[in-house]
Amino acid sequence: MADDGSVGQQTAGPVSADPGLMRQMFTVMHLVRVFEERAAEEYMRGNIGGFLHLAIGEEAAVVGSVFGLRPTDPITSTYREHGQALSRGSDPRAVMAELFGRETGLCGGHGGSMHLMDRERAFYGGYGIVGGSIPLAVGLGFAIAYRGEDDVALVMFGDGATNQGVLTESLNMAKLWNLPVVFFCLNNQYGMGTAVDRASAETELFRRADAFGIPSRRVDGMDVLAVHQAVSDAAHHARTSHDPVMIEAIAYRYRGHSMSDPDKTRPEDEKARWRARDPLVTFERVLLGEGIVSSDDLAAIREANLATIEDAAQFAAASPAVAESALADDVYAHPWNDDPRGSALMPGGGG
Amino acid sequence: MSSDAPATASYREALTQAMREELARDDNVFLMGEDIGLFEGSFKVTRGLLKEFGPRRVVDTPISEAGFVGIGIGAAMSGLRPIIELMTVNFSIVAMDQIVNNAAKIHYMFGGQTAVPIVIRMPGGAGHQLAAQHSHSLEAWFTHIPGLKVACPSTPYDAKALLKTAIRDDDPVVFLESEGLYAKKGPVGGPDDLLPFGQAAVRRQGADCTIVAVSRMVWIALAAAEQLAADGIDCEVIDPRTTRPLDLETIAGSVRRTNHCVAVDEGWPECGLAANIATHVYESCFDWLDAPVERVTAADVPMPYARNLEQAALPSADAVATAVRATLARGA
Repeated sequence: MADDGSVGQQTAGPVSADPGLMRQMFTVMHLVRVFEERAAEEYMRGNIGGFLHLAIGEEAAVVGSVFGLRPTDPITSTYREHGQALSRGSDPRAVMAELFGRETGLCGGHGGSMHLMDRERAFYGGYGIVGGSIPLAVGLGFAIAYRGEDDVALVMFGDGATNQGVLTESLNMAKLWNLPVVFFCLNNQYGMGTAVDRASAETELFRRADAFGIPSRRVDGMDVLAVHQAVSDAAHHARTSHDPVMIEAIAYRYRGHSMSDPDKTRPEDEKARWRARDPLVTFERVLLGEGIVSSDDLAAIREANLATIEDAAQFAAASPAVAESALADDVYAHPWNDDPRGSALMPGGGG
Repeated sequence: MSSDAPATASYREALTQAMREELARDDNVFLMGEDIGLFEGSFKVTRGLLKEFGPRRVVDTPISEAGFVGIGIGAAMSGLRPIIELMTVNFSIVAMDQIVNNAAKIHYMFGGQTAVPIVIRMPGGAGHQLAAQHSHSLEAWFTHIPGLKVACPSTPYDAKALLKTAIRDDDPVVFLESEGLYAKKGPVGGPDDLLPFGQAAVRRQGADCTIVAVSRMVWIALAAAEQLAADGIDCEVIDPRTTRPLDLETIAGSVRRTNHCVAVDEGWPECGLAANIATHVYESCFDWLDAPVERVTAADVPMPYARNLEQAALPSADAVATAVRATLARGA
């Protein structure tokens, strides 16, 4: 990558997307931004526990990729996945309530920030082990092929996951079995605090796919239209050729790895360069320049999103705590015992 | 097909029958694993299934245990019913992240939105001079994990009936077979004979001491019981069949009558299956026990290669008989 942060090659170039879709993608990108900002505030207030990984700065990659798919195409993601759920149309109230650990949360308070899922919307979840969800998406792709359906599975993973062996295994089997899978690497350039060039001998991560004859390319992950085009093309290829594709989107997260990371090791000038290419600001200019929205429209979108997030946060705060009786709910689809102490036992065995 | 199934079969053939019947019964069932198709399985448990069901249903994989177990989990999340064969339990260690972090957690951590109806089959155990890396008995590891169900059949009948239950179950089942039992013959049930999980079998009735064992150790326990019977010691042998769920009711009911218990485990002693059984017995039968529970386990060492050392490391009928005599002596 060039030092100014530009990707320099292989972007999708000018895209003439549907104006309604462009407007919708901007709306969701902004929703993700303000959701994350509010989540950070609520974390500082102590309303959100555990780890909180924010996607601020990555909105173009998140939204562009999800919108490049059909709504029925299954997705898996990482622990930085609030934006994927929101992009799929999950209720911001339920997402925020899950972060608050309330019973109205998307996963009933069992998952938290790192483990959102919205099965109805084919969002198959956020996973906390780096690389761990990659084969799951290949399995979703396997099931699509097994049933002769024409959906495409997309797995979102970070640059750090490319050094996990399970990616290599997954790429190999996806190609070997001609599975409709889009491997979407959101390269935010740091695996926690370790820069890509300190972790990867080959920093053009999309080239990992070359070893398997899987077509792959790199796109500017700060450009939602480029990401949208690339994923649309990849999904089309996967759907029609029944073959995997890999996309690497170069983006940048504005915050540390998680809320507990003070972000002291990344160079300040690097952060400033990337912030100067803010995906929302850039996209606003495009939308205004092409006359797709007016300044008033943008103001209205922002206001509506802020109201949505305010409502979501209030909803989450007002939602009841998870009942302690739910402690042992859903350990099994077919449980034999709901006693969390000694739950391996059949009822009646405790004497 | 299934109606022709013989009433007697080997443990291996019983497993094959279970898979054949369930493959025929439900198109969502498929097999995946290393060398299970063309090669018909490292232990020939999948013999004939590729020929009968074709490569869509019987999928040969590369040597990528974490990858294909994960693929099975993903397929199960979308409603298929994969039966994943790991060539041996030893290779499950490579796939442990997928089994523990994904298969066992997905239903719970996502609030019950997605079940994971997968069966992960694998043979384990020692006794063939395969040394340290190929001789594991990891029942305790899997039993430790909430979200998994763990079956460890000891007979051909149970192998077939429990595997059919596992395949139809909506939860992830780790199905632990025993390499040492594959050739063992015995009666098997028909296509509709299933066994519920969490129902122990009383393999031998007796009044003096309860021996609890699973899988191949059941046969060791029975051999010990025969030895002891010659001396007038009458042992009851309980086979829990599944270690999660565990039928403590049957175990405790037996111990409350015999007042003595020996737990046998092919795995290691620390935090092992026998340790777990002993704890449950203490918790539920303390007032009935006449002596501490005795454990007979593998030696607390990596498995050695040399035949005599390997035999010394494994639970034997003699060791079980000695343990029974010891607990009876302390309680006398």
